Amino acid sequence: MLTLLADILSWALILTGGAFGIIGGIGLLRLPDFFSRIHAASITDSMCAPCIIAGLMLQSGLTLVTVKLAFLIVFLFLTSPTASHALAKAALHGGLEAGKKHGPAEARES
Amino acid sequence: MDTLVDILLLAFIAICAIAILRLRDLFAVAMMFGMFSLIAAGLFTTMHAPDVAFTEAAVGAGIATILILVTLGQTARREKSQAGRNVLLPLLVVWITGATLIYGTADLPVFGDPQAPAHTHVAPYYIENTQEHIGIPNMVAAVLASYRAYDTLGEVVVVFAAVIGVITLLGLRRRPAGVESRPRDLEKHQVLKVIAKMIIPVILLFGLYVQFHGEYSPGGGFQAGVIFAAGIILYALVFGLEPARQVIPPRVLGALPALGVLIFGGTGVLNQLLGGNFLDYSVLAGNPQTAQQMGIIMIEVGVGVTVGSVMLLIYFIFAERALGRRKDDGEVGR
Repeated sequence: MLTLLADILSWALILTGGAFGIIGGIGLLRLPDFFSRIHAASITDSMCAPCIIAGLMLQSGLTLVTVKLAFLIVFLFLTSPTASHALAKAALHGGLEAGKKHGPAEARES
Repeated sequence: MDTLVDILLLAFIAICAIAILRLRDLFAVAMMFGMFSLIAAGLFTTMHAPDVAFTEAAVGAGIATILILVTLGQTARREKSQAGRNVLLPLLVVWITGATLIYGTADLPVFGDPQAPAHTHVAPYYIENTQEHIGIPNMVAAVLASYRAYDTLGEVVVVFAAVIGVITLLGLRRRPAGVESRPRDLEKHQVLKVIAKMIIPVILLFGLYVQFHGEYSPGGGFQAGVIFAAGIILYALVFGLEPARQVIPPRVLGALPALGVLIFGGTGVLNQLLGGNFLDYSVLAGNPQTAQQMGIIMIEVGVGVTVGSVMLLIYFIFAERALGRRKDDGEVGR
């Protein structure tokens, strides 16, 4: 019974994570400007990956693997928002204006 | 399922390679190379080669990307246009080389074939005897550090030679007086500083774990040295070059690559003095297994010291030059 519950919960988490990954990917392609695209990309970092890892933790039970995965979640929660922040800041510093459309071709040129 | 993962990863690698060819912005190309290495590391993991994957991730995706970015900071950001150049001859050369390579694969054994020469020659010997001779679970560490220690010594000397080359070409010179050593708006990076302060100790601790746990889990001197150097490079990126240079005094840092090679070679010579063969550790202690483990730990320390200090030295030399360049604006991007 308990294993079934853990299984259901873990698959729910993994599927939620996968959904966030797809949403982030669509956002990265379709959102208009650089800063909103960072927002989409950071969803994959801060929602998709931790959800999937939490699901995997439930799959592996009380083992050393779970502890390592927990470390990974903490690491991701600290670093990925920081990476998004650094990226946005660098873009702002480089003179990229918010709200301006950046097509793929233009991004390649700039 | 495994095949599906393999196909996906290989497809990603191919996409990366095509993107690298098409991009003209070299900073983006450097990042794509990092991704290329990371996917390759994933591919190695699916092949159950965690040691190789670890090295690929730490060296290929980590340090190499940083070093390429620092180099690009001193040269040009964009690739020169190739328009108007004759493409026929390069295309012909590439086609002939590619065709030869594909023809060559016909002779290779099938992937995973148990009758392949690699699996019938020395590999069974290592697999059967590691436990008895050395008594450590990580066979890769046993092969690298004990059975084939001579080859590993060669690798370490190559890394050492690389830093000698960099020093000979670029010099250990200090930057000209009056050059601002801090990045321009250092004070504004509050978030980065706080997070870096939390992360760096963990990175250094992980480096030590990889160094000294290499006999039991994937890892060893090479990966540990790179991870350790990456921690200090992160510090330099966030807090500025000068504070990072004070972590290890330049005089000491300059001597460390040689010290690492000395530890490695010295262990070998020590064995000769004790009456054994060069790099045959069994004379180091009464119990041959303990002796082997002692020898492996000693040479892994040598490897770690050399690799870590070489990576740091190369980064510092490059970054110092970039600072010097930034001072006299006219020279940037030449």
